[in-house]
Amino acid sequence: MNMNDTYMPTIIGFLCNWCSYTGADLAGTARMKIPASLRVVRVMCSGRIDPLFVLKGFLKGADGIMMMGCHPGDCHYQKGNYNARRRFVMLQNIFESLGLEKERIGLWWVSASEAPKYAQVTKEFAEKVKELGPNPLREEIFL
Amino acid sequence: MSDAIKINKGIEEAVQDLLKSLLEKDKIKGVFTLRKMDDLGAVAYSLFTNADELKNALPLYPFMPVNAGKVLSDFTLQGATQEPVAAVLRPCEIRAFIELVKRTQGDLENILLISSTCGGVYPLKILKGNDQKSRQAQYWESVKKEDIDPELRETCRMCEDFIPHNADMVIAAAGIEDMDTQCTIYLNTQKGKEFASDVPGSKTSEELEGGKIEELKTKRQEQKAKIFEQFEKEQMGLKSLVKMFAPCLGCHGCSHVCPICYCTLCEFDSKTCEYRPTSIESELKLKGGLKVPPGNIYFHLGRMSHMAVSCVSCGMCSDVCPVNIPVATVFSRVGAPLQEVFEYIPGRDLEEAVPSGTYKEQEFMESGK
Ligand code: SF4
Ligand code: SF4
Ligand code: FES
Repeated sequence: MNMNDTYMPTIIGFLCNWCSYTGADLAGTARMKIPASLRVVRVMCSGRIDPLFVLKGFLKGADGIMMMGCHPGDCHYQKGNYNARRRFVMLQNIFESLGLEKERIGLWWVSASEAPKYAQVTKEFAEKVKELGPNPLREEIFL
Repeated sequence: MSDAIKINKGIEEAVQDLLKSLLEKDKIKGVFTLRKMDDLGAVAYSLFTNADELKNALPLYPFMPVNAGKVLSDFTLQGATQEPVAAVLRPCEIRAFIELVKRTQGDLENILLISSTCGGVYPLKILKGNDQKSRQAQYWESVKKEDIDPELRETCRMCEDFIPHNADMVIAAAGIEDMDTQCTIYLNTQKGKEFASDVPGSKTSEELEGGKIEELKTKRQEQKAKIFEQFEKEQMGLKSLVKMFAPCLGCHGCSHVCPICYCTLCEFDSKTCEYRPTSIESELKLKGGLKVPPGNIYFHLGRMSHMAVSCVSCGMCSDVCPVNIPVATVFSRVGAPLQEVFEYIPGRDLEEAVPSGTYKEQEFMESGK
């Protein structure tokens, strides 16, 4: 058996309570297939995702990190997802400046009714991360 | 063209005269500037209320013991000072103060901001010593000639924002060959003009920018390109990052002196970031080893994600680092493209919202799918 068959990327998902999390629930009820190694953390709004959450996951060795929120204009708190988008842009920018793998973090808009989209993007991202291979930070002690 | 006053004295004496006259004529009640502490070169920021004391003031002394923007914020945290105060600051200190005012951490109302076309400052590590006289001479020589003294703070050597934003008065220093005999002070704002209405010197109208200032800007830009290029060659990528921050003691001195890091309780100083036996154990299980103190890279990256977009490149952080990590260079290098994305110059304009605290509905449409 080669490594590619056994390696399951660890992915952390920060999901907004009002949309993506409910979407994920719906996907579950509908018995859609979701990558088994996706760990979901529920937040009350994508605007709650402090860049530190993402950084911590990344530095602890998560292979991929998904940020998910309501579609622009649909945030329960009006502007949380716009703030989230800026934070995401900033994080990517910082990763790029320092030569870190920015492909390992992503941002998606998934509404409460978009269970198929949820299944789709989690699957696609898991495949992409699998191609990237394990996060080298997994082995890095000196952080 | 902007209004200016010309004083026929050497720059240091002229500035002293200006401050003294403001104080004596009761236009202001205090002067906030550097004060001489001993004969070996030690200085500290002080508030002068007595005109005679001003002989110990060193407004243009090329050291920055603390980013004064931070101190002014302490002074005005609960509202404007009751009496008008003149404050002599470096351009990056004013920008830091403006950033703090934007974050409701200070008040500009009763402060007369005086600054200069800045020649930079030296690292604090060379502050004390018997050679201060010759160092001062060397400094002013290089400011006149617009040479970039290789001993200056790295952030100063590559600073393009040495023409102050938001200063009421600007002392012409950089590139002024005859500064030993005359001094020009530009009056940039209405406030500046009002305060200067009856100070010594003759009124003129002059051009601050252009010519020599442009030349210096070009020189500094070249330095910046060089320093960043070197940085990219050596410090990019995970391995280099780990190597660069390996000696970090986790003292958090860099964030404590940073004017932008104003949070009273920083996440990284809080219990959340403490390592308990359980977290040590889990880290060991996960990675088979643990650096002590842990979490340094998390601290630096986290700090960057919170404030690099507002970094004014003052260089305080590098200056206090006990293990000589080029913190300010990293933060400036990371800050530059961030600031570019948001077309933001920290502290340029009070009306410009801090990028991390605002948004537009129609932007970065390709981020978020
Ligand atoms: S001042 Fe230096 S040693 Fe202290 S936390 Fe900052 S980088 Fe680390
Ligand atoms: S990060 Fe360093 S250079 Fe930037 S504002 Fe803070 S102390 Fe100054
Ligand atoms: S409530 Fe869903 S992103 Fe704000």
